[in-house]
Formats: sequence, structure tokens, C-alpha cells
Amino acid sequence: MLKLQSVMTYYGRIMALRGISLHVDPGEIVAIVGPNGAGKTTALNTISGVLAPKSGRIVFDGKDVAGKPTDSLVDMGLVQVPEGRQLFAGMSVYENLMLGAYRRSSADKKTRLRDDLDRIYQIFPILKERQKQSAGTLSGGEQQMLAIGRALMARPRMLLLDEPSMGLAPLVVKEIFKVIADLRKERKTTVLVVEQNVKAALTVAKRAYVLETGRVVMEGASSELSKNPEIQRAYLGKGYKHMVE
Amino acid sequence: MPIWNRKLETMEHAELQQLQLESLQTTVNRAYRNVPFYHRKFERLNVAPEDVLSIEDIRKLPFTTKDDLRDGYPYEMFAVPLREIVRIHSSSGAAAKPVVVGYTRNDLKHWAEQTARVMSAAGVTKDDVVQIAFDYGLYTGGFGIHYGAERLGASVIPVSSGNTERQVQIMQDFRSTALVGTPSFALYLAEIMANMGVSAAGLWLRVGLFGGEPMSDKMRSEIETKLGILATDNYGISAVMGPGIAGECELRDGLHVNEDHFLVEIIDPETLEVLGDGEEGELVITTLTKEGLPMLRYRTRDVTRIIRGKCKCGRTMARIAPIRKRTDDMIIVRGVNIYPQEIEDILHEIDNVQPHYQIVIDREHGIDQMTLKVELSLELVTDQMHRLVELEDTIKRRIHSVIGLTPRIRLVEANTLQSKDGAQMVVDNREA
Repeated sequence: MLKLQSVMTYYGRIMALRGISLHVDPGEIVAIVGPNGAGKTTALNTISGVLAPKSGRIVFDGKDVAGKPTDSLVDMGLVQVPEGRQLFAGMSVYENLMLGAYRRSSADKKTRLRDDLDRIYQIFPILKERQKQSAGTLSGGEQQMLAIGRALMARPRMLLLDEPSMGLAPLVVKEIFKVIADLRKERKTTVLVVEQNVKAALTVAKRAYVLETGRVVMEGASSELSKNPEIQRAYLGKGYKHMVE
Repeated sequence: MPIWNRKLETMEHAELQQLQLESLQTTVNRAYRNVPFYHRKFERLNVAPEDVLSIEDIRKLPFTTKDDLRDGYPYEMFAVPLREIVRIHSSSGAAAKPVVVGYTRNDLKHWAEQTARVMSAAGVTKDDVVQIAFDYGLYTGGFGIHYGAERLGASVIPVSSGNTERQVQIMQDFRSTALVGTPSFALYLAEIMANMGVSAAGLWLRVGLFGGEPMSDKMRSEIETKLGILATDNYGISAVMGPGIAGECELRDGLHVNEDHFLVEIIDPETLEVLGDGEEGELVITTLTKEGLPMLRYRTRDVTRIIRGKCKCGRTMARIAPIRKRTDDMIIVRGVNIYPQEIEDILHEIDNVQPHYQIVIDREHGIDQMTLKVELSLELVTDQMHRLVELEDTIKRRIHSVIGLTPRIRLVEANTLQSKDGAQMVVDNREA
């Protein structure tokens, strides 16, 4: 469904992505994990068209979309949930959700919008309760739910999630990742998730790519990666003693 | 015909290329970061991991040779700390430093998958009783096949090499249906069976996977007739992984390469130019998933060609032609790799012999025999028989301890084997 081939992205003269290649098959949940500054968010922003790659190919649904504007990608069904939620704090929960449907045609909105909203309220009952509240008053977990809900209002076929666990308590993280897993199961939504919380990401994703200094240094099935001693040492907190020795 | 991993083994070419590009870049990044040898080589060639933007860009990367691996003896080429290595194999040879290979837990998992695939391609299933007559030990053959056969769910008999009469007995009593070993062992086995009065009709054997040395068409048909089986040719090389790199399916139209784990190229051994598909040259292998000992462009010295296109069996991955030639002077006797240089080095260390020698290889009753003719030094003009016998024993013992094979020794007078121009150090009397 999504293929990256040797994608390079620069910030000015700094090479942030040093030619990364990855793919996500339809209906798959794939994670990009790695330390801060590895280029994870750059990768997502390059895929979603927020940044333009300097070279390489990005193929979504068989079409080369490298450098295409974000709005046209949303029309194609590729929707990003940005890092730090980026909600409109002064607007209500309902209004934020409606903004997610902004790019949809008016005919489409007329017929299906109400159903879609109901379904999102089903997934996140708390959002229904708070639909009139302004987004800024929500807790961190609720804001993340709203950010995902807003993305779902665009009827995505593929979701790009940037650090959905950021700043959330472990229990809330679990809840968010359960929703991600359910989305795949119930709606066959394909998901590419970027995470620093490697443990959570490897639990929900089938496969993962480990990014370090703009390069993919490991890849494979999550089940294999979570048992990999290097991953355990660097990200999962096991064998920490060895590291400080 | 069963295909063990249908999804991968019958994958579209474009999809495979995406996987290969991803794995190649990961392997290159890790080799550059974790193996000082590769880091230095990259710098010398002025290439960086980010120069590998397509599969063809592999041509910018350095080759790896057996000597590089020997220089890195024992662990220098490993890309992970030793505590992540869960298995160590090694080539034979104490004169020259052997090649040491290490496997992580994931490497072993992938290895079992690869050998399961080649066994499945030969038609082996969980219903088979598999007699593995490859050596179990430092050599990769026995253990390599073993875990693949277990992965298939077959009943595995880890009989290892040697003890041929007992093997015939086991084959009868345990009702072995599949045999794995070197082709020369299979022929020897047939010979012993004849001596024991056991006919192929009295066995349950139906398929054999052979490897470790070239199997000529003549050998193959002899094995098939004498053992009443279908024989497939298989390719593996310890420095890269061991068995499981490639193997024939039942149609026997080339050896299917596990291309999601290995990238194969053919080069001209002289110019080092990459040759096109179908052209004969030296096989070069890059590992795509190995963690413990990633290998970039390993020069195998084996001569073959690459066959692209879907096989009638349904597998889409590239095939290589059976290997019949090498680009160096290595000879394979009973599945053991022997370099004349190694023999020479051993002789150098023994008093009273000249390092002038000749290796003669014959096939007698199906089994390879190696005879080593060695010149005595002039000082050892002795009629004391026991001294000569002692000397013969010393040579035998030393050679056995290094290459794992006991040659027949023939001591000859000085100046009779001097390697003048054109003198042959190796005389191979086996038919091709």
C-alpha cells in the first residue's frame, strides 16, 4: 500500500533521512521506532507531504506521491495524526471532529457524515460526552483520542500516527493502542505508527523498522525485534546494567 | 508440490526487490556501523551507506574474501557482541586460520526456515524420516539441515557422517525415506549396501538431498539408480550461512536461491565486472538478514550462472545452475574442502620431508581416496623401516587433525616431484 525507496530528506543542508526504504502492506500495522532525533517524525512528515524529499520514491496505492501536497494525499486516503495532537484548543470537540471531514465533498458529507461521527463516538464514548467542551480542557489521553477521531473523520484508508503515546499515562497508552489495533481489525485501516515507546509499539505492530540517525538499522517482525538483545538493551530497559558497565 | 513459504517463495519480482532493497540497506548500515573491517573498506573506497540507493548500487561496495575472514579470526567480523551469538561454526584448517561463523538467535531461526524451504522443494514433508549423514560438528552441514528438517516436522535421524554399515542398518530398520549427505557418500553407501546384500527395493528411501561437493550428472543418475531415489542438488557455503542458500525443486531445473535472505551476483573473477543474467562466472553472495556475521559481496569462488524467471514449480526467486567448477585450486574430497596450500604448510612443519608433494585423487568403489606423494629429504637416507613408518604416521596424523581426512601417504625419493613448470600438484582422476 505504501512504499518508500531510498528517501532522503534535508533540513537545509542537514540530511535528516539518509535514504530510507520501507513498506506497509494493506491492513498492516507497522511501526517506526528509534531514539529522539533519529528522523522518525521527519519520515512521517515526508510521507504525508509536509516535507518534500530531496530524492527517492514514495509510492502510495501505486502512485508516486513524493512531494505531493498534503491535502491531495488526504483525498487519496492517507491521513496523519500529528505529533502533539495539534488540536484547535479553543474549538469544541465536535468542531475539531468536523474539521477532519473538511476535505470531503459536500454530497459525501450529507449522506455519511452523521454515521461516521456516530461511529467515532462509539469508538471513543468520552468524546461524545465532551462534544461541546473546548478541546483545550481535555486530558492528554482524551486529546489523543480526539486527534485520532478527527483523522478518522477524513475516512482514511491509511493512518500515519506520530507518537500517540506521548505524555500519556501507561494505562491510557494501552487504551490508545487498543483502539489502533481495533481499527485495523474492524475497518482494515492500514497504520504506520512512529513511537519512542518501543514496547507499546512492538505490541501493536506486526513489523517494525528501527531508525537511528536517519538510517534504518534493523527491521523485522515485532516478535523477533522485541527479543533482540540490542533492542532490549537500547529501548526496552532490560540488561541496562550491561550498558552502564 | 508443496511450497514451504508460499507467500515469499512465489512473491512478485517488484515486491521482492522492495524487500531486498530494505534489507540490503539495513545490512549495509549495520556492517558499516558495527564491523570495523567494513567501515575501513568503505572509507578506502570512499563510499557511504547512503550511496546504496538501489539494488544495483551494491556494485559500489567492496568484496569480501575468504582471506578477509581469516584475517578477522576469530570474531573480528562479527556485527554483534559475542553474548548475542548463540552458535559458532568453523571451517576446518589449523595451518591457515579457519573461518569462524557466528549466529544470533534470529539467524538460527532464519537458517531453519531456509533449510526447511530447500527440503520442502525436494519434496520432503513432515511425514518423512530424514537420515542426515552430513557431519555434525563445527561443519555447518549437519546442524544446518537438522533444524530445517525439524521445522518441517519430519522425523530426524541425526546419524552424522561415517559408520556406513550402521547407516545401512538404520536406513532399513528406521525406514528412512529421505537421505541428506554428500553425493560421494551416497555412492559409497550404495557400494556398502551391495556388499551387505541389501537392495534398494528393500528400502523405504524415496528422496535424497545432496550437497557439499559438485554432483555430476553421471553421479546423480548413478545415485538415483542405485538407491532408487530422486536426487536433488543443493548449495550452501559455511562462510555465508551453510546449507539452505539454494536448492533444487523436484523439477531440477536450477537451484532456487532464497533471495529474500541472499542477494546473488555473478562476476568475472579476473576483471571483477558484474556479468548479466545467464552468463557464467563467479558467484558473489550478500547476506540480507544475517545479524551475527553480515557478509557483503562474498566471493564464493564457485562458478555458476543466474537463471531468472518463474520456475514451473511456481517459485519466482532466481535460480543458479549446479556448481561444477571453481575459480581457485580448492578440491573437494568426500565433502571436505582442501586447499593444496594447506597441505604444503603442514609439510613445511614436518622434519625430514620436502614440501614437494603431489595430491592424487581417485574414486574407488564409489568413495574418494586421497593419496599424498611426499618427497623425502636427502638427509633421510635410511633403511630403518620404523623411521619411515613413523614419518608416514606423523604426516597422516597432522593432515587428519587439520583437514579432517586421512590420506594415504607415499614417500618418494627427493627430486622426483620437484614442481618444475607444468608439474601438477593435484591429479584428480575422478570423472567429472
